[in-house]
Amino acid sequence: MSQTAQTQAVAALVPHLRRVCGDDGVLTDTARRRTYESDGLTHHRSVPGVVVLPTTADQVAAVVRLCADSGVPFVPRGAGTGLSAGALPHPGGVLLVTSRMRRVLEIDVDNECAVVEPGVANLDVTRAAAPYGYYYAPDPSSQQVCSVGGNVAENSGGAHCLKYGFTVNHVRGLDVVTPSGERVSLGGKNPDAHGYDLVGAFVGSEGTLGVATSVTVGLTRAPERTVTLLFAFSSMDAGGQAVSSIIAAGVLPSAVEMMDALAIEAAERAVACGYPEGAAAVLIVELDGPAAEVDAQAMAVTRLCAAAGAFETRTASGAEERARIWKGRKSAFAAVGRISPAYIVQDGVVPRTALPEVLRRITELSADSGIRVANVFHAGDGNLHPLVLFDDAEPGAAERAEEVSGAILDLCIEHGGSITGEHGVGVDKACKMPRMYGPDDLATFDLFRRALDPGGIANPDKLLPTPRLCGERPGVRTGVHPLVESGRAEQF
Amino acid sequence: MSDLPTRDPQAGPDTEQIFGDLLGECVHCGFCLPTCPTNVLWGQEMDSPRGRIHLMTQMHTEDVLTEAAVGHFDNCLGCLACVSACPSGVAYDALLEHTRHRVEREHERPLGERALRGAVFALFPHRRRLRLMRGPLRAYQASGVSSLVRRSRLLDRLSPALATMERVAPPLSSPPPPLPELVPAAGRARARVGMLVGCVQGAFFPEVNTATARVLAMEGCEVVIPPEQGCCGALSGHAGRLAEAAAFARRLVEVFERAGVDRLVVNSAGCGSSMKHLDRTLAEAGADQGWVRRGRALSERVADLTEFLVELGPRAERRPLPLHVAYHDACHLSHGQGVTAPPRALLAGIPELTVSDLPDREICCGSAGVYNLFKPEVARELGDRKAEGVAATGADVLVSGNPGCSLQIAAAMDRAGAPVAVTHTARVLDASLRGLPVERLLGRG
Repeated sequence: MSQTAQTQAVAALVPHLRRVCGDDGVLTDTARRRTYESDGLTHHRSVPGVVVLPTTADQVAAVVRLCADSGVPFVPRGAGTGLSAGALPHPGGVLLVTSRMRRVLEIDVDNECAVVEPGVANLDVTRAAAPYGYYYAPDPSSQQVCSVGGNVAENSGGAHCLKYGFTVNHVRGLDVVTPSGERVSLGGKNPDAHGYDLVGAFVGSEGTLGVATSVTVGLTRAPERTVTLLFAFSSMDAGGQAVSSIIAAGVLPSAVEMMDALAIEAAERAVACGYPEGAAAVLIVELDGPAAEVDAQAMAVTRLCAAAGAFETRTASGAEERARIWKGRKSAFAAVGRISPAYIVQDGVVPRTALPEVLRRITELSADSGIRVANVFHAGDGNLHPLVLFDDAEPGAAERAEEVSGAILDLCIEHGGSITGEHGVGVDKACKMPRMYGPDDLATFDLFRRALDPGGIANPDKLLPTPRLCGERPGVRTGVHPLVESGRAEQF
Repeated sequence: MSDLPTRDPQAGPDTEQIFGDLLGECVHCGFCLPTCPTNVLWGQEMDSPRGRIHLMTQMHTEDVLTEAAVGHFDNCLGCLACVSACPSGVAYDALLEHTRHRVEREHERPLGERALRGAVFALFPHRRRLRLMRGPLRAYQASGVSSLVRRSRLLDRLSPALATMERVAPPLSSPPPPLPELVPAAGRARARVGMLVGCVQGAFFPEVNTATARVLAMEGCEVVIPPEQGCCGALSGHAGRLAEAAAFARRLVEVFERAGVDRLVVNSAGCGSSMKHLDRTLAEAGADQGWVRRGRALSERVADLTEFLVELGPRAERRPLPLHVAYHDACHLSHGQGVTAPPRALLAGIPELTVSDLPDREICCGSAGVYNLFKPEVARELGDRKAEGVAATGADVLVSGNPGCSLQIAAAMDRAGAPVAVTHTARVLDASLRGLPVERLLGRG
């Protein structure tokens, strides 16, 4: 569809959308639409054709059906905190925002699960479960604002995924509106449904397979004891060494987080977290479980870190003290705004053993390019979050930062890692997918996507590389799919 | 010689440029969303701080002020919860003040809105005019017409703003004797402090001022209360009426410079919050550097009553008050001034008194200066939410550090059919220091 045709198609849809969502639930005014032009990753911007704010699953289904009938693309959006531009609006499409669907529908203590609408903030699940002695384990740093629906789309992780796993390990059931506007239920309250793991396929699909309208998540019993330890090191290498020895000793902390001097400086300025002075690296280790086990592990971890050269140790077991240790880490991304006018948050994974080497290479990259890089990462599972700092007022700086950021991902792939740990692919990394996956892999993904979304209207241009986006050979595939052709797949 | 207009070298840096720089601080992370009251109510980007900053950026870079944008700026309560939540340190307070100033200058409001605003700003920042209303208001409340009017919902139909004014008006008793110009310290003086009486506080809660002066004196402060002090300018400043705010600020500076005080103690959160940046208000209004400096010098002396008392340390004996109080964080105390621990510490220091926090304590009660008069429906909804929280604590008394919040929450509790005694931190301390019975705080004697 040409751009004009798309604009006309959206305009034709508006009266119908108003009938479904009410005048108050449809935004057409330019100034208002523009406030939705980006999610948390602001260097990708695009003003949506129209914004809809449904309040019920029926409304979502009706909106999607309208889109399907007229071939207008739609992009689901939660709280708009994503860091891969997964919710980047389509200029000729509908932005379907779930921010008004934020009821906790049920806390089922007996079955240890919660049923929530997609717009519920991650932390609000824990708040609702806390009176029963439970919590929701996946904890992105933006947990007080990011939505459960967004977490499902991006398969979000967080500091504690080292021990407890990602969103996919906690979602048991989904009510989904498919790209054709059909309402289906996947999985349920039972954690081990049989047959194809469709819940697993939907989690992390970044809105390309439809929109979740309710999510059933498993709840985790609050541990008897939680201890948070903070260690200060005079080099990143020493910190890395400590991480290796902790894992080698067979201890599985719930979280192992590391920050370098630049990230510490930013956090210090933002929230005055009071980390040890002169630290080139701080390591935060959290242990949880039965009291006796946690106490024994805390002693072992403290001993191992001292052996690796920790010059200061802090131990916190009260909620408030622990929060003080976490405060610096949790605010680190946004806090970087204090030391740099602009920055890119990168998200890559390397095998834990490659951490010291990759960090050294990042330091070299930074020195060579003159672009500062602050490092904050989930050290336990090798999930790096380099923050590439630049001044957007300086001509060419953004491009150089982009280059450094891209080079860091190349480093991750080179060392056997991955281009995303938990932020998702979105638009930002779609063009990097061919570096991770071969043509057959991508063709398989594409086949799966098209099976559910033959019209290609569900969050197009995200997750998988497209010619328009990545400057590949242009042209829409017209012939037989290569997998079908080679007899490895069949199209119904 | 150039004939281009040149900026007055005495004037500060270009406020537009500062505005642009401040806008650039926002990294669009969204951490402000969950604490923003309008986002809590409506869940749409343009009524969140991040969305409003986007609208401000549109206004700044394209030099346009759309009708839609003005509506969303007006919807902001100015509670500054976003400032507390922001990890990037975005000065949303300064952004909002600048934006509202521009709206005030450039946006033509419909006649009804103009009239209401005119009336509010002709009344509220003027203590004497407010005090004149006390007599008729008391007669009105005593006559029983008040409950008739409420039952008839007549005012709701005529004007929601008038209805709100009627509902939040506190039940008035006969006023305590006026405060003297100087209250001597009990025992050896530890400090000489000025005291702001405030417009709404002074007219509707004179007993809070009396309690404040008494507590300060009992704690060893000589208290100077210049009778010629006027409004601090907070209400005008928050509404973008900067010329008016700056005029009030100048008078305040002159009066308290003459008073020769170490500190200027404020017992009303909204006033204190804006008095801590008189320099910014004056600069934004185009005052010269001399005035900006004088404003800054006074601002540096401003302290909320509770933070000043904690800084001073307790000297007078605290007597037991067997009470369960819920403490409400006035936005302009917690978010505007970062004062959350001192009031709690002072309350917790009273023997036999227990303090509870409210659920969602960072969310505004809807009072927000005169917001509840301009946006009564929004304010009512937020007030109802707050009232639910207060009821959930089961406390005997709700304590807050701002007169507007007290009026708003008391009205919401009445509406919910669960009336609760509402009082100010100063009155609780006063009761403890003087060994008064708890009934005095519960309004039963």
